[in-house]
Amino acid sequence: MVDNIANGSAGKDFVQPTHFAFDDESNSEIEKVLAKYPPGKQASGSLPLLFIAQGQMRRQTGSAWIPRVAMDAVAHRLGMPPIRIYEVATFYLMFNTTPVGRYHLQLCTTTPCWLRGSDDVVAACRKFTGIEGWHETSADGLFTMTEVECLGACVNAPILQVNDDFYEDMDAARTEELLAALKRGEVPKPGSMIGRMTSAPEGGPTTLTTLNFLPAE
Amino acid sequence: MVKVTVDGIVVEVPSGSTVLQAAELAGREIPRFCYHERLSIAGNCRMCLVEVEKAPKPVASCAYPVADNMVVFTDSPMTREARRGVMEFLLINHPLDCPICDQGGECDLQDQAVGYGRDHSRYAENKRVVQDKNLGPLVKTVMTRCIQCTRCVRFATEIAGVPELGATARGESMEIGTYVEHALTSELSGNLIDICPVGALTSKPYSFVTRPWELKKTDSVDVMDAVGASIRIDTRGAEVLRVLPRINEDVNEEWLADKSRFAIDGLKRRRLDTPWVRRDGKLRKATWTEAFNAIAEKLHGVPGERIGAIAGDLVDAESVVALKDLMGLLGSGNLDCRQDGARIDGARRDFYTFNTSIAGIEEADALLIVGSNPRREAPLLNARIRKRQVAGPFPVAVIGAPAELTYDATWIGDGPSTLTSLLDGSHEFAAVLRDAKRPMIIVGQGAIARTDGAAVLAACWKLAAQTGALAPDWHGFNMLHIAAGRVGALDLGFLPGPNGKNLDAMMGGGVDVLWLLAADEFNMSRIGPQTFVVYQGHHGDAGAARADVILPGAAYPEKNGTYVNTEGRAQRGLFATFPPGDAREDWKILRAASTVLGKPLPYDTLEAVRARLEAANPVFSRVGQLPRFGCSDHSGPAGDPAVLGEAPFVSPVSNYYQTDPISRASATMAECAAVYQPALLIAAE
Repeated sequence: MVDNIANGSAGKDFVQPTHFAFDDESNSEIEKVLAKYPPGKQASGSLPLLFIAQGQMRRQTGSAWIPRVAMDAVAHRLGMPPIRIYEVATFYLMFNTTPVGRYHLQLCTTTPCWLRGSDDVVAACRKFTGIEGWHETSADGLFTMTEVECLGACVNAPILQVNDDFYEDMDAARTEELLAALKRGEVPKPGSMIGRMTSAPEGGPTTLTTLNFLPAE
Repeated sequence: MVKVTVDGIVVEVPSGSTVLQAAELAGREIPRFCYHERLSIAGNCRMCLVEVEKAPKPVASCAYPVADNMVVFTDSPMTREARRGVMEFLLINHPLDCPICDQGGECDLQDQAVGYGRDHSRYAENKRVVQDKNLGPLVKTVMTRCIQCTRCVRFATEIAGVPELGATARGESMEIGTYVEHALTSELSGNLIDICPVGALTSKPYSFVTRPWELKKTDSVDVMDAVGASIRIDTRGAEVLRVLPRINEDVNEEWLADKSRFAIDGLKRRRLDTPWVRRDGKLRKATWTEAFNAIAEKLHGVPGERIGAIAGDLVDAESVVALKDLMGLLGSGNLDCRQDGARIDGARRDFYTFNTSIAGIEEADALLIVGSNPRREAPLLNARIRKRQVAGPFPVAVIGAPAELTYDATWIGDGPSTLTSLLDGSHEFAAVLRDAKRPMIIVGQGAIARTDGAAVLAACWKLAAQTGALAPDWHGFNMLHIAAGRVGALDLGFLPGPNGKNLDAMMGGGVDVLWLLAADEFNMSRIGPQTFVVYQGHHGDAGAARADVILPGAAYPEKNGTYVNTEGRAQRGLFATFPPGDAREDWKILRAASTVLGKPLPYDTLEAVRARLEAANPVFSRVGQLPRFGCSDHSGPAGDPAVLGEAPFVSPVSNYYQTDPISRASATMAECAAVYQPALLIAAE
């Protein structure tokens, strides 16, 4: 197995499973996906199928990653040479080619988040989980910390993405609270942690104040 | 056609051409790394930037289509500045290890850095580190040198048809490799070395051997299979250090198969460098005089019909004609060049050649392969079939052992019964062949080297005639040979004469004296214990082990030889280095022996031998050329198509890497066989 530096497996030992087969749930999803593409263009389904494979790994093992055998299964399903799937899976950082913890903490440290205090969020995560570097998993196997580039939610910076959900307007205290909840097995509601609606200004609207955007009660 | 002005030179190019092609036509050289004319366009190295009038920024000429009245500048200040910038970026991560790099002296990056590189680097940070990959025993990798042009990825995917290389991860972390470590499973992997513009992929057996400017380069022709690829033999002193392909669009384009390229270390091992004579059951070193006298003594009083000769697979036409003439003078018609017992009919030339021609494959529109695995028997010809299929729909069907051929091929049966159903039209592929305008049938040696071989040959011919493969302007009947010397020997009529014995009849005491000209490919224990065997050849292989007298000959780089490839194209290999020790060119050995035997051959110079060749068959006066021809005479080879046997066809090449005395003596090929053979066996199960 070749180490994949981009996804952070360099120098780490883990065991690649020897077998992977799509389960019924995945198979029904795959059928839905492949129906979208004309015959002969199944290669277009590479990304969705990899995502389905990663989802199945989360269901089955609690760790959302794509082992090599799963890439082979995707390649086989799409009638493609395996290397073409390896290329895609290693290109996109959203696909984990090494195991991750149950909660994959993806911390944005790009400029807007950084200006709004992402360093505090990172420090809080490190303090709570005991993880020292990036791409590392905590000793209890619950958390993996990954540094990511802009997640595209700068208005509510800083952002902490946990698995597929955004937790916005983070600071050290809220981060600690969130992680504690996750550790207890609760999943707090994603979105803004200060209660603002979508990306409305902090403290409520400052323009168009005479209009009521709230749904009629 | 559109008009393009390149640096003031007006050229007309077909619309759809690229700016780079237009510039080439104008005689302007464009530096490039990723662009290769036989591969798809990637446009990722950016070295070919040129200035196009009215374009706001430099454009990558390799991927930019021409437009009418376009004005291109390939050497303007903007172009130069842009290329300098690209070169600086390329060199950021490229190590400064030219002094220890095998590509040094023939490196595109090195050459172009002279033109566009800065005198020093402005980059103070660490260079990126990339793990080397293990691609097998032939291709060495130094991945820090890779500039990610992806030529290798495209070659493996498009030309070789083994999509195993890819670019994994991205950005700074992007790496070329197989991701899961394994040796490349291609018989064309050596071409990756040629195609790599830097020293990232180099030859493993040749690593740290020499520098290109120390080599003497000799044009020659490859004899490791019957394709007859054009090669260049690089020697230093007496040693053959490297074999590279030469461009020959009709045969090998610019590729070369791995055995042809890497079996050369076999030229240094197990060589016969002195005559040997068997005395008291043991081979002892001897002088040429002693060896010739031993033969003369034995031949004394033996009638012609008790003498036989067998020509091997690597023999040049010059030595074959000399041996045939010598046998004629001795009164013997017991000649054979078909060591595998192939039931070849030598009555007409198109019964035993690849008549469509290799380049002609690209014009065919349906193909039936009978009893052959072209990927192992002739990798370059196989690449041509793949090229044809990549170009457009090309139905291919195979009768024989199922195999992965690197293109879509339908397996329709394993033996002659399928041939019968094609003949009576009951098989659906018969209609495909019939509907095709230019159908092709390839008959392998595996289909005819068997007891019902003549019947199979006749049946294939009949099928070709029935399906319209034999037309006045198209000859779709093809025989694929695996031995480089076979067609030449057939052209010279090295077959049993009237009342002559074939190989089978010469076995088991059928003759008293047997002359083996580099013949090693049949079971030597079949020769009768009383038969006196003269082995003339270059390697201590099967034939030499059985011999009573050994005459050391020259291998292909050591003689001026003419070889006729499977198409029937006569080609010449030039003398590149001397044979070892006392070994001599083969026709000269026969000429010398003929004097001792009291029947001197009538030629003393190479020119005289070649005049004799041309007199024997006009084919030898058209060296390098092959006129295309059709077929108007449909009468087929001898053999009754009705008496087909039952046994499935088996390809004669089970181990691609070790098929002849040279490759069997090669350590590199032995390593390849050890790496690849188990995998092939598993795949076959």
